[in-house]
Order: sequence, then C-alpha cells, then structure tokens
Amino acid sequence: MRAADLIRFARDAASGSPLRTSLLILAMAIGVAAVVVLTALADGARRYVLNQFSAIGSNLVIVLPGRSQTGGFNPGNAITSTPRDLTIDDAQALLRASAVHRVAPLAVGTSEISVGGRLREVMVAGTTAEFIAVRRLSLAQGRFLPPGDWRRGASEAVIGARIRDELFGRDEALGQLVRVGDRRCRIVGVLAATGQGLGMNTDELVIVPVALAQAMFNSNTLFRILVEANSREAIAPAKAQVSEIIRLRHEGEQDVTVITQDAVLATFDRLLGTLTVAVAGIAAISLAVAGILVMNVMLVSVTQRTAEIGLLKALGATRATIRNAFLTEAAMLSLAGALLGFALGHAAAALIRQLYPAFPALPPDWAVLAGVATALATGLAFGVLPARRAALLDPVQSLARR
Amino acid sequence: MSAPLIELSRIERVFHLGDSQVHALQSIDLCIAAGEYVAVMGPSGSGKSTLLNLLGLLDRPDSGSYRLAGRDVTTLSADEQARVRSERVGFVFQSFHLVPRLTAAENIALPMVLAGIAPAERGERVRQALRDYGLENRADHRPDQLSGGQRQRVAIARATIMQPALVLADEPTGNLDRTTGEEVMRLLEELNRGGVTLIVVTHDGALGARARRQLLMADGALQQDRPGSGGTPSEACALPT
Repeated sequence: MRAADLIRFARDAASGSPLRTSLLILAMAIGVAAVVVLTALADGARRYVLNQFSAIGSNLVIVLPGRSQTGGFNPGNAITSTPRDLTIDDAQALLRASAVHRVAPLAVGTSEISVGGRLREVMVAGTTAEFIAVRRLSLAQGRFLPPGDWRRGASEAVIGARIRDELFGRDEALGQLVRVGDRRCRIVGVLAATGQGLGMNTDELVIVPVALAQAMFNSNTLFRILVEANSREAIAPAKAQVSEIIRLRHEGEQDVTVITQDAVLATFDRLLGTLTVAVAGIAAISLAVAGILVMNVMLVSVTQRTAEIGLLKALGATRATIRNAFLTEAAMLSLAGALLGFALGHAAAALIRQLYPAFPALPPDWAVLAGVATALATGLAFGVLPARRAALLDPVQSLARR
Repeated sequence: MSAPLIELSRIERVFHLGDSQVHALQSIDLCIAAGEYVAVMGPSGSGKSTLLNLLGLLDRPDSGSYRLAGRDVTTLSADEQARVRSERVGFVFQSFHLVPRLTAAENIALPMVLAGIAPAERGERVRQALRDYGLENRADHRPDQLSGGQRQRVAIARATIMQPALVLADEPTGNLDRTTGEEVMRLLEELNRGGVTLIVVTHDGALGARARRQLLMADGALQQDRPGSGGTPSEACALPT
C-alpha cells in the first residue's frame, strides 16, 4: 500500500466516526495544552523573578560591611572582632581594580522631606553620579547628580516619581527647594517610575550626594558599595580583586562580604528551572492518560471494524498493511491532537500575558517540543497493541461478523 | 483442454468446539480446471463455506495439500497467501461487504490500493469497471445510497478489478430478490465465459443447476460430483496421483 493511500485510508477511517475521533483529539489536545500552559506559567515565574533581579543592574558586585561567613582563626580576630566600616576611600580604591568598570558608594538612612507644609518620611540614598548607570535607572525629568569630587556635594537631590507626585502633584518639581532632614536641597531630577527593584523601591527614594547624606546622618560609613564589572565574564575576577583591595586596606582582615548578583541569579534560575521541569513532568501524566485513551479508542475501533479488517484481508491486505493502517490512524489522531493542543496552549498563554502583562507566561521551546513529541510517541506506542490485534485477526471469523 | 487450476488432495479441516471436534472437511479430493463453472451445494453445516474459505486461502487445512495453479499454497506464510489472494482470487459475499464510508468507485479501487497500484492506472481501471457494470452515475454514491443489486455489482467489480483467475462467490444472491439475483448471476456467468474460473456456493438448487459442474456436500465430505445443466465438466483434470 502506498504511503499516500495509507494516509487517505486512515483519514477516511477516522472521519468515518466523528464523535470518537473528536473526543480522542480533544483528550490529546488537553494533554498537550496542559504541558504548554503549565510550563508557560512555571517558566514565566522564573523569568519574572530573574527580571526582578536584573532590575537591580547587571554585572553587579555588591560589597557589604561585615563578614557573613566564618573563615577560621584570623590574627585580626584576636585583636578586634569589630569589623571596620566601609568608607568612601574604600569605594574610591576599588576603581583601581582592572575588572571594575564603575563604582557607586551608597549611604542610606531615613529622613523627612518637606515642601510647602507637606511632609513625608523617605529613604535617603547618598551616592554619586555613577549610581544611575550602575543601577540602570533612568530619569523622567532633569538630570542626575553631577560627577565630581565624592567628598563634596552640592545641595541637590533627585527624587523618585512617587515622591514627586505626592509632594508636587501637577506642579513643576524641578528647581524647587525642599527640606531633607535639616538640609535644604534643590531638586535637579526626577527618576522614571519603575516600581521594581527588590528591597528598595526607587519610586520612593530621595537621592543626594554621598557626602551630603553622610553629613546629614552624621556618619562616615557606607551601607553598600555597588561595583559594576566590565563584563559578565569579568564578574568573578572583579569579585576577587574587590575582596583583595578591601582586605589590604583593612590591614589584612577579610571583614567585608562580597556578593555577586550573578550567583543569586544562578541559584534562582536553577531552582525555578527545576520547578518548570517538574511541572512539565506532572503535565506529561495527562499525556499518558491521553495515550491510554488512544489505545482504548483504537481497540474499540478494531472491534467495530472487524468485518472490514476481514474484508481487507480477503482483498489481499497483508498483516503489515493492516497494522500500518491502524498505526497511521493513531499517529494522525495524536498529531491532530498535539497540534490543536499546541494552538490551545499558546492561546491560553497569550491570554495570561494579556491579563497580566508583567508576567511573561511564555512556554519554553523545549517543553513545547517535548509535549508534542510525547503526544506522538504515546499515541503511537499505545496504538501498537490495537494495530497488532487487528493484523492478527482471523479473516474467516472476522468476515462472519457484521 | 486446460491445466488444473485447483488440486486438493486429502484435505482435512477440524474445528474444536469445547471438547468435541467437528470435522468441517473430511478427506476432500478435488480437481478444478481453469475456466470451469462449479456450484458447491449442500445443507448448512455441510462444510461448503469452509471449502470456499480454504480455496480462497482465508483458512488453512489441518492436513492435505492444496495446489493453486501448480503451486503448493498450503505451506505459504500468511503474507504470501495475502499476495496470492490479491493477485489470483476475487471474493463475492452474500452480504456484499462493502466499506460503508467509501464510495462505489473507492470500494472498487480498494484491492488495487492495497496492492499499491499507481493512482493513474487505478482511475483508468475503475472507470472501465464502472462502465462495464453500468455504475457510471453511481460512482460517488456510498453503499447505503445503492440498491442491493447495485451493491453486489460494485462487489463483483471489486472482485474482478485485479483480474483474478478465480472468483469465489458465497451465496451471491442470498440477499437479493429473484430478478436482481438473476442479473447478478448473469454477470458472474459472463465473467466465466471470459475465462475466469467461477465457484459459487449456494443452497438454491435452481441456481446450482445453472453451473456446468455441481459438487454436493454433506457432513464435510463430497457426496456427489455431477455435470449440471450448463454442460459437461472438463475432462482435462485428471485425478492427482
């Protein structure tokens, strides 16, 4: 039997019993759609978290005062257990490292901002001109802090979008004088609204020069030093160089913690990637169920078409021909179901993206491929038994059936 | 006259029904020459359908040998037998056995589809067959849109589309009224006149009497082998030794 004839024969046989065929295709489609939608959700969650982290900035190395892990006995520990603070000098020293592209010191405290009788508690971040590039922030209006000596700073402030809305409403904010703590600052820029960024919402932030912030909080320490490595590959060397420079400056004592955003990202990526695989596995169970359904339906089909099988044998069909006819039918039904499920799954994922634009519910390609392939494989595997049964039917007894 | 087409020697076929054994065929020796017109008659349960199935290679004997056109076909594998059926044997059934979802033309083409014949040649031969059996304007009708006589004509067209040497008909008029049955028998006999060996199973004496040779069966054995009204049986078929 020619391949084209085989396909036409199987198609006619399938369309000959529309209800049975459509139910089977539906079952297979639901299985594939489940894989597509569930992996889209899981992978969407992964991307969502990664996006949140990436919003902090990329190629980031963060220096924290204090040591978060013990390193055994250190002569420094015997003399003093108090970690040294991070200072602006420490931050500037990091610029010497070859793998480091930019450095932004960060001093943080809470204070009040007031203008025209309105008063609001805010988080104040003292930093330098590099901060906006390191954190990948953008401005809605005006300019950011000017570059220059880190130890001096004009009384200028950049405010978050939310602060602008609350303090000034529709009025012009740029150029206005505000009170931050006990200082008067002029607003030179407004950050673009983001609403993102773990731990620190830049919409509710007031950014001032680091020297001003330290004066305001009467302290000379830094909360963090943000370091941007030259490239993704330079993150590891940058981390080593930064550790070394701080250690040398702190008299040989490793009293800071250097973390990379990359490490955090990789952990989350692995974690959520595993979750996606697990969810895909669970969804694949529905495909196995669909496969069993294929087997049942094909067995019923063989029983219903016993007389026809007997006739085909009388007309000279070999066992292989009959087996192939039934296998082709199972494969076609599975393929149709897989394609329908593929379309349904993508439509559902698109609907989710439409409803929750922040959530990137996109099924990963491997999951879609695996889903469709599993559908085909189960369809064929579970089609083998009925096809064999059909091929081995006794023609005389089959013909006697009506 | 012509070489023997069918040679059966000491054919036995036993069915097991529970504990009891039923001898459907008992030591059948039979020789049928090419071009003969044979009626197999007998009461139901006499083994005539079993004989027909055996001749059509749908069934295997428990012992004995069957030579079709000089070739021993009892030892062939199932797939080789399928090929022999495809090339040499055409079946006509009492209940037509048309595939309900296929049109008349598609039903006629089915043996050629199974044999893997190219579509162009198939189309040509189906058109010819539809003309020969007066079914031109029924080509696209499904079996349930055809009358009984038309269905059996489609079945005969299908049985002969591979130009077999042997046509086996099992009660071909059993589901038809007298006039349509007569018409179907005329078609079959016309085939026989064209050189096709025709074997008809029937329990209708009048129908059997039309054949040139009548085989009477009872309890799985050949009771009588006599010439019918249609003429004398071929003498060329000497008994196998």
